[in-house]
Amino acid sequence: MAVIGSGPAGFYTAYKVMSKIENSVVDMYEHLPVPFGLVRFGVAPDHPEVKNCQDKFEEVAESPRFNFVGNISIGDDVGALPLRSLLPHYDAILFAYGASRDRTLGIPGEDTLKGIYSARAFVGWYNGLPEYSDLAPDLTLGEEAVVVGQGNVALDVTRILLQDTSVLKSTDITENAIETLQKSKVRRVRVVGRRGPMQAAFTIKEIRELMNLPSVEFEPVNGSLIPEDLKGLPRPSRRIMEVIKKGSKATEPTKKWSLDFCLSPKAFDASPTIHSQLGSVSFEKTTLNPDPFDPNARAIGTSQMVDISSSLAFRSIGYKSEPLAEFSELNIPFNDKSGTIPNDHLGRVVNEDGLVTPLKGMYCAGWVKRGPTGVIASTMADAFQTADSVAEDWHSHAAFLNSVDNEALGWDGVKQEAEKKGLRRVSWQDWKRIDAEERRRGSAQGKEREKFTKVEDMLAVLD
Amino acid sequence: HGHWEPPKDGEEIYVTFIDKDGDEHKIAVNKGDNLLTIAQGNDIEMEGKYTGCILRGEVNKQPGACEGSCSCSTCHVIVEDETMYDKIPEATDDENDMLDLAFGLTETSRLGCQIEMTKELDGLRVKLPSMTRNLQASDFSKKS
Ligand SMILES: Cc1cc2nc3c(=O)[nH]c(=O)nc-3n(C[C@H](O)[C@H](O)[C@H](O)COP(=O)(O)OP(=O)(O)OC[C@H]3O[C@@H](n4cnc5c(N)ncnc54)[C@H](O)[C@@H]3O)c2cc1C
Ligand code: FES
Repeated sequence: MAVIGSGPAGFYTAYKVMSKIENSVVDMYEHLPVPFGLVRFGVAPDHPEVKNCQDKFEEVAESPRFNFVGNISIGDDVGALPLRSLLPHYDAILFAYGASRDRTLGIPGEDTLKGIYSARAFVGWYNGLPEYSDLAPDLTLGEEAVVVGQGNVALDVTRILLQDTSVLKSTDITENAIETLQKSKVRRVRVVGRRGPMQAAFTIKEIRELMNLPSVEFEPVNGSLIPEDLKGLPRPSRRIMEVIKKGSKATEPTKKWSLDFCLSPKAFDASPTIHSQLGSVSFEKTTLNPDPFDPNARAIGTSQMVDISSSLAFRSIGYKSEPLAEFSELNIPFNDKSGTIPNDHLGRVVNEDGLVTPLKGMYCAGWVKRGPTGVIASTMADAFQTADSVAEDWHSHAAFLNSVDNEALGWDGVKQEAEKKGLRRVSWQDWKRIDAEERRRGSAQGKEREKFTKVEDMLAVLD
Repeated sequence: HGHWEPPKDGEEIYVTFIDKDGDEHKIAVNKGDNLLTIAQGNDIEMEGKYTGCILRGEVNKQPGACEGSCSCSTCHVIVEDETMYDKIPEATDDENDMLDLAFGLTETSRLGCQIEMTKELDGLRVKLPSMTRNLQASDFSKKS
């Protein structure tokens, strides 16, 4: 089986397929020289315990039946390997390439003004994602910041902006990010959502963490959006409402944050003095229909506008998956609307022809399967489900991809083409050397690791 | 972490895991072992049983995604008996926060990695809920 993507979805599926199908071999293709996807480049640096899942992935990778094919992207770019060249050499392909775009608001000023960052870019930057190593966000223009969106990623961004840098210093956050955050002037962050607390996407752990920051005060929320009597609520929402009502514990706050509900972003407006720079964000007030306490309530515009002045804004309204370049040519379906690969909910890629015909040997897992939501635990559950389908199909002799000579050569069959294209494969041993070097650089500064933020620097370790 | 050793003779206390197929696994354990380590050491998959799984000649271990650091909810167990449940030291806010994300949360749900066996808990019986429908558990970057 070829796995495309080395995040939790790829690893957990590989793990279970290798356990359930005797002698199965997995080759895992990853576009970066380093593995683990959003566990390395998404999960906040001050959540090291969340990254413990890497121990399991290490265990999987050490199996002789597992091959890491790092630094090789699947696609039709110059530096990529076409999916076409994999097909003859595998029985099965697993798409586990996650969501590498982000959703946009599509409102004026979004693409033109300085001071607006996507959460994906900002998170990628502080976590050392090569794509954003040069982002250089300017956090010195004012004290205010606006975060648009109220999911956990929005709260991660807020926490990183407000957290004491002395706490972050010992994490695997990049040195460059620490320097920038130390110079930051941001003192107040508004986390803005279109709906109310009862509809918000954040989870309790992230809210509680912010409430517990010692020098950060939480501005109380508009009480009319929270049910008077919490007793009747289901336990998870009851406990979230309790935390929000209770507020922060900060005694001598130097910074502040708030959850601003029922505001829908309409435009980013230029600063009156520097016309290329963000000056304020304008929002339309919303009401909640049928009522503010209905978890599925919808936000309806009221035409009443509110301006929030800020020179810094973060857009955190979700990630998005895209089809691989050759999907249409190879008749592999993709649902652009949901940003997912159509599947039978058990991970088998299907043609949505009303009959739901599975494509032989094609599977998907993780964010590209069910959309960009859910924590690692839910990605694990989802990956296990896909692996069960692969094993079930295999054991029931279902049709798989036709491999040349009926024998899937895997990477040995693909290697030549990769070499011809001048691609450089990074093996698991290679990654371990990069890993060791990152740890060595980190320990010199009392950190878990100091990540390389450029692909060239990662590869230079191997020369 | 993750390492488990069977108890010495005469020092055994017992815990029973009931998997999602209803099969019971009664295991002799030490005082101080936590339920995740016990499950990992005894080839019990907390998200549902399956057998014959050998990776590199090793027993297949339950991947408590966060390795027992109370940050993932993959080790969710349901204590069968309410009196026994009351004997377990109360869950912290952190544990309850993770439990809120667990699929099939019940009044006697706990995180296995946070329950340490004691003499008092000898004979504990816990059910392993199926994780496969955990998919809506939480929302990481959904549009608000
Ligand atoms: C900012 C942020 C913070 C988060 N924090 C937490 C948290 O604290 N706790 C928690 O439980 N969950 C958290 N999550 C959620 C968690 O990260 C996801 O559930 C999980 O990573 C999804 O796994 P995946 O394998 O589907 O995708 P990913 O982790 O994105 O992995 C996809 C992999 O595929 C690779 N790839 C992409 N395209 C190609 C290609 N063409 N060829 C080869 N390789 C390719 C990518 O480089 C990447 O390595 C967070 C998510 C985000 C965005
Ligand atoms: S193993 Fe993650 S919470 Fe118990």
